[in-house]
Amino acid sequence: MPEYAFHAYLFAAASAAAVFAIVDRYYDRLAQLPPLTIDGKPNYNMGPVKFATVAAMLWGIAGFTVGLYAALELAFPVLNFDLPWLSFGRIRPLHTSAVIFAFGGNVLIGTSFYVVQRTCRARLAGDLAPWFVVLGYNFFIVIAGTGYLLGITQSKEYAEPEWYADLWLTVVWVTYFLVYIGTIMRREEPHIYVANWFYLAFILTIAVLHLGNNAAIPVSLFSPKSYIVWSGVQDAMVQWWYGHNAVGFFLTAGFLAIMYYFIPKRADRPVYSYRLSIIHIWALIFLYIWAGPHHLHYTALPDWAQTLGMTFSVMLWMPSWRGMINGLMTLSGAWDKLRTDPVLRMMVVSVAFYGMATFEGPLMSVKAVNSLSHYTDWTIGHVHSGALGWVAYVSFGAIYCLVPWLWNRRELYSLKLVNWHFWISSLGIVFYISAMWVSGILQGLMWRAYTSLGFLEYSFIETVEAMHPFYLIRALGGALFLAGALIMVVNLWKTVTSVSELEAAPGVRPALAAA
Amino acid sequence: MSLWSKHAIFEKNSIVLSIGVLVVIAIGGLVEITPLFYLKSTIEKVDGVRPYTPLELAGRNIYVREGCYNCHSQMIRPLRDEVERYGHYSLAAESMYDRPFQWGSKRTGPDLARVGGKYSDEWHRDHLRQPKSVVPGTVMPAYPWLAETELGAAHIADDLKVQAALGVPYTLEMIANAATDARAQATTDSPSAGDLIKRYPNAQVRDYDGNPDRISEADALIAYLQMLGTQVDFKLYNDKANIR
Repeated sequence: MPEYAFHAYLFAAASAAAVFAIVDRYYDRLAQLPPLTIDGKPNYNMGPVKFATVAAMLWGIAGFTVGLYAALELAFPVLNFDLPWLSFGRIRPLHTSAVIFAFGGNVLIGTSFYVVQRTCRARLAGDLAPWFVVLGYNFFIVIAGTGYLLGITQSKEYAEPEWYADLWLTVVWVTYFLVYIGTIMRREEPHIYVANWFYLAFILTIAVLHLGNNAAIPVSLFSPKSYIVWSGVQDAMVQWWYGHNAVGFFLTAGFLAIMYYFIPKRADRPVYSYRLSIIHIWALIFLYIWAGPHHLHYTALPDWAQTLGMTFSVMLWMPSWRGMINGLMTLSGAWDKLRTDPVLRMMVVSVAFYGMATFEGPLMSVKAVNSLSHYTDWTIGHVHSGALGWVAYVSFGAIYCLVPWLWNRRELYSLKLVNWHFWISSLGIVFYISAMWVSGILQGLMWRAYTSLGFLEYSFIETVEAMHPFYLIRALGGALFLAGALIMVVNLWKTVTSVSELEAAPGVRPALAAA
Repeated sequence: MSLWSKHAIFEKNSIVLSIGVLVVIAIGGLVEITPLFYLKSTIEKVDGVRPYTPLELAGRNIYVREGCYNCHSQMIRPLRDEVERYGHYSLAAESMYDRPFQWGSKRTGPDLARVGGKYSDEWHRDHLRQPKSVVPGTVMPAYPWLAETELGAAHIADDLKVQAALGVPYTLEMIANAATDARAQATTDSPSAGDLIKRYPNAQVRDYDGNPDRISEADALIAYLQMLGTQVDFKLYNDKANIR
């Protein structure tokens, strides 16, 4: 199969490049490994963090662009161009994986490697290992993304990559865990900081979910195709156990870790409540794992499982808002900074969106509500209020903090541009989610509308045609969000490339700001 | 010493913290997933559900490849409007051989759980080639390459073999004849049709894509679509016996 051969060549090329890089590094090596400390201060390893930060921005722009394209395809189907690799069924997984795993994943790996070093006051464990994690992870993204376009997919939502990509990711992920926990074990601080609890929960749980949901047997070593070991109703349950906890642990626990480090840092205030943090993590991770069946309400999944899923989803509201309160109240005594610091504002608004999305989620998990919302755009709107408002905003905030710290700049090139980014993308989010609310509820109601004579009032295609205006508004929202992100890239580029005289002089680097 | 200070055990030891996380996240999954494998009520007792024929399976794999699940569900909920629009609500038994399941999560297009027999082969052929030719308001992409691409069935026996290893009741005879059966099912008046139907009761045998000279991907996909939801005879199905 030529598609499979293409991936084999990619693996071969990546392996050759890796061998070359390792040999080259060997000849250029210092007399010994880099010291763990210099003059008593930890000698942080920020190379992989920089790489992941840049990768996150590149993938972010790519992922938002593909999302916009997918949105336009629904508004104007001619954009599918009758080509396999442009058709919506292949583009949509490309979008979801690009934003969740490529953008989000690089943000998580980058920030986690930064935070774990800073909060443990220890150099990242391993010498090649951290580089293997960031490079190996991004190679997985390339295999996954090109695979979708070429028609290589398991068709399991958010777990589309086939068996060989899954195996590769497993190797990378185990290395990630070892680097992470190895760094924690080196720590100079007696306590493990709260952000690391969340990162650790994210890394471990994603490993368990990945292995469970992707258990598959390849048809042949010479075929990309595999069959999943679970079938039918059990596969559905395993899939949404995975799917919902990809949200719960990848898109929530990991980004809560970002909240717990970057908001206190930027606001210059301690986390609001230590005890709330303890309840937050254990309640959140215990309850989240049960919530999967709410994706399967009224399906052929047994009722007892649906009811459990709904019950725990409603209970999940509590730890979610515990986290939101802990994040927001960290601003106590520093609320005035929202006026002057658009980066902090972005992160605080992200926590507010988190609160909104985690209120809407339990609501939609109630069976009566779900009977209307399921299968409609309401779900898409809900996901995006979480993804754009929470995940992307807290990531943008963290990257706005990180870039000056990593590249030793005193501050961002322009706070005014951050302001523009904030307002343009906020407007985009509002367009996006309100269009999806209206279209979702409208379509759900049209599907169940009856005439006075007791006939279904609308044919399916009439409900499709009714969506057109909302698809346009959604695409506009997506375009604004993308425009905001492009402003961010310019701002970051300028931050890195324009060095003021003060910063060029040695010894006055803003180490304090980042300490 | 308050209870809160006990939490230091987790905060001071990364291994204890990791084990704590694993224990806490294991509970929900174990409680919700494991019973589905041994509770007899999970999958209803019904007649008629058989494994996919090689051609249907190849068609299903094309459905998977093109990501049809992104817009089409295969799960009719027991709600009045859905049952009237699509037919009898879906049973767990009807997807017991589905790897992966394709219940879907979004209906940009209609549910396909019972699309089998609703439209003619010609309609599907036109619809796949150019959806607007039969449904002017549609937003579905066109799939003209399906009718133009020879069905790649090099691994079809391996497909059955792997599924048999996973517990799908494919016999050695079915595996040995997989390639022949795939060809036979896509050929009108095929001489091997009798053997095929003996192996796979109620299999529909005909040239699906309107081109007798070639067995295309469209043949396989239409064969799959035309059998969806047709296996259980709901005139004979007893809802009450399977109340869960």
